[in-house]
Amino acid sequence: MSFVPGQPVTAVVQRIEIQKLRQGENLILGFSIGGGIDQDPGQNPFSEDKTDKGIYVTRITPGGPAEVADLRIGDKIMQVNGWDMTMVTHDQARKKLTKKKEDVVRLLITRKSLEQAVNQSKGKYPRP
Amino acid sequence: MDNESQYSGYSYKSSHSRSSRKHRDRRDRHRSKSRDSSSRGDKSVTIQTPGEPLLDAESTRGDERDDNWGETTTVVTGTSEHSISNEDLTRLTKDLEETTPLECKRFIGPALGGCLSFFALVTPLAFLILPQVLWRDALESCGTPCEGLYVSLAFKLLVLLISSWALFLRPPHATFPRFFVFRCLLMVLVFLFVASYWLFYGVRVLEPRERDYRGIVEYAASLVDALLFIQYLALVLLEVRHLQPAFCLKVVRSTDGASKFYNIGHLSIQRAAVWVLDRYYSDFPVYNPATLNLPKSILSKKMTGFKVYSLDENTTNNSTGQSRAMIAAAARRRDNSHNEYYYEEAEMERRVRKRKARLVVAVEEAFTHIKRLHEDEAASSPKHPREVMDPREAAQAIFAPMARAMQKYLRTTRQQGFHSMESILTHLQFCITHNMTPKAFLERYLTSGPTMQYQQQNGRGRQWTLVSEEPVTSALRQGLVFSLRRLDFSLVVTVTPLPFLRLGEEFIDPKSHKFVMRLQSETSV
Repeated sequence: MSFVPGQPVTAVVQRIEIQKLRQGENLILGFSIGGGIDQDPGQNPFSEDKTDKGIYVTRITPGGPAEVADLRIGDKIMQVNGWDMTMVTHDQARKKLTKKKEDVVRLLITRKSLEQAVNQSKGKYPRP
Repeated sequence: MDNESQYSGYSYKSSHSRSSRKHRDRRDRHRSKSRDSSSRGDKSVTIQTPGEPLLDAESTRGDERDDNWGETTTVVTGTSEHSISNEDLTRLTKDLEETTPLECKRFIGPALGGCLSFFALVTPLAFLILPQVLWRDALESCGTPCEGLYVSLAFKLLVLLISSWALFLRPPHATFPRFFVFRCLLMVLVFLFVASYWLFYGVRVLEPRERDYRGIVEYAASLVDALLFIQYLALVLLEVRHLQPAFCLKVVRSTDGASKFYNIGHLSIQRAAVWVLDRYYSDFPVYNPATLNLPKSILSKKMTGFKVYSLDENTTNNSTGQSRAMIAAAARRRDNSHNEYYYEEAEMERRVRKRKARLVVAVEEAFTHIKRLHEDEAASSPKHPREVMDPREAAQAIFAPMARAMQKYLRTTRQQGFHSMESILTHLQFCITHNMTPKAFLERYLTSGPTMQYQQQNGRGRQWTLVSEEPVTSALRQGLVFSLRRLDFSLVVTVTPLPFLRLGEEFIDPKSHKFVMRLQSETSV
C-alpha cells in the first residue's frame, strides 16, 4: 500500500456499503478512524508503510453497522461515496463520513489480506 | 462656585462675540451657512461662522476679512497673538500690536516669590552677623565647633542657592486664572517660617543680648536645614507628585474632531489645562478653517425643506411637533447628497495628487540647478567664472521655476494662508544651507504640521479661556469635562482614570519548552 509520489496509486479494493444507524439524533456508523495528512503517520499501528497518511479503521464497535457490513479493523479507506480519502485531513475524512443527509456510505477499502488473496489466486491460476 | 467672575479679565472675548454678532450675521445672510454653538450654563455665547474676522494666526481666510472689526472690539489686555500672513491684514494687525501694552501681571507671582526667597536666604547670614555687629565684645568666644558650623552653613546655603536657581528661577510660561494652590501654600509656609524664626530671634536674642554665640550659630544652621526641607517639599509638590500617571485625558478639537489621548498625573484643572496646551501646540495638526466646510453644492440642496402649516385653533405647543414633522419628512425624502459628496471627495483627492506630482517634479528639478561649492573648488577654472552666491541668493535663484507649482498646490490644499512667499523663501534658504533634499524641503508643505510650526515668536503669548463647571483649582477626577476655548475653536477635554492593574506572575521553566508531533487522533463515526 505504499505509493510512489507522482505515480498513480494502485490497490486491490473491496466495496463495502454501510447503512447508518439512527441513535437518538445522530446517525452512526459504528467504527473509529485514525490518520490523515495532518496527523503523525509513524504512530499508525495498522499501516505497513509508516509514511502512509491515509485514513485507517482503528476500532469497530461490536454489533454496529460497520461490523455487520464486514468492515475490519486496520482497513484503509480509499474512497467514501466517491470522495477520495487518501489525501485528506482527519477532519475532512470525518466530515465526509458523517454527512447528515446521507444514510448510507459506500466505502472502498483496502487491506493487506486482499492483496495477498489476489496474489495467491494469481499464482494458482497461471496465465495462459 | 461662580466661574463667571474669573472671566472678567478677558472681557474682550465676550464683548467681541456679542457686539459684532449682528455685523457678522448681516454678512452671512447671503452665505447660507452659519453654525451656532449654544451656551451651557455659565459660558459666554460664541457664534461660529466660517468667515470669522481674523485675529489669529490660527484662523486665516483672506477673502472674507472684516474691515470694521476694529470698531466693535474692545482692546485686549495684551495676551493675544496677532499675526497674519495675508499682506492686506498685516497692516491692521501691526496697529493692534502697537497699542496693547505688555502685561506685567504675569511677573507678579515670580517677583513675589523671588523677594521671599531672597529674604529667606539672607536671614541666616543676618542672624550671624547682627550679634557680631551689635555687641561684639560681650560675646563668648567660640572656637572650633563654631567654625565647623560655619562651614556646614556655607555649604548648605550654597546648595540652597543652586537648587533654587535650578528649580524656581525659570520664566513662567503660563498664567493661571486662579491661584496656584501649592505655590501659594509654599510661599506662605516659607514666610511663616522665616517670620517665626525672626520673632524668636528678636525676642530671645536681640532683646536680652544673648551671649552664647554658639547657640546663635546653631540656631541659624537649624533655619537653613528647615529651608532645605521646605525646598524638598516644594520639589515634591510642584515637580514630582504629578509625574506618576493616574488619568487619561481625551482632547478633542471641536471644529474638526482631531483628537489625542494623554496620560497625566494628579493635577488641578488649571495645571492640567496648561499641560494639555503645551502638548496641543506640538501634537495637533494646525487648525485650518478652510478645510471644514462641505462643498456648497451639496449643502444647498438640503436647505430646501417645506413649511408646515397648522390649521388648528390652538397653536400653543405645536412648535416641536412642526419641527419633528419637518425632520421626519426630510429624512424620508430620498436625496443623493452622499453620492455627490463621495464624488466630490474623489475629485478633490485626484486634483491634489496631480498638483502634488507637479510640485514634486518642479522642486526636484529646481534643486538640480545649484550645488554646494567646496573650499578647494573655489580657486579653480578661471575659464568659467562661476557666480558664487550665499544661501539667500541661491534660494531666490531657484525659487522662480517652482513658485507657480507651489502656489497652485497650496491653493488646492487650502494652505495658502499659512505660507507666504517670504516664508517659503526662508525655508528654502534654510534647506539649502543644511544640505536637504527636495523631499525634505517639501515635508513642510505636503503634510500639515503641528501648530507650533506656524507660530511666530512673540512675547505676547496666546489667549485661552478655561471653561469648566468645577472650580479650576480642584483636582482632576473621573468624569470631569472642561474645555479650552479660543476665538473660533475649542478643545474639549474629558478625564477618565487609568485602570487599576493587577499584575500576576507566571513562572516558565526554560527547560519546559518541549514539543512532539501531534498524536493520532481517533474519531468515531
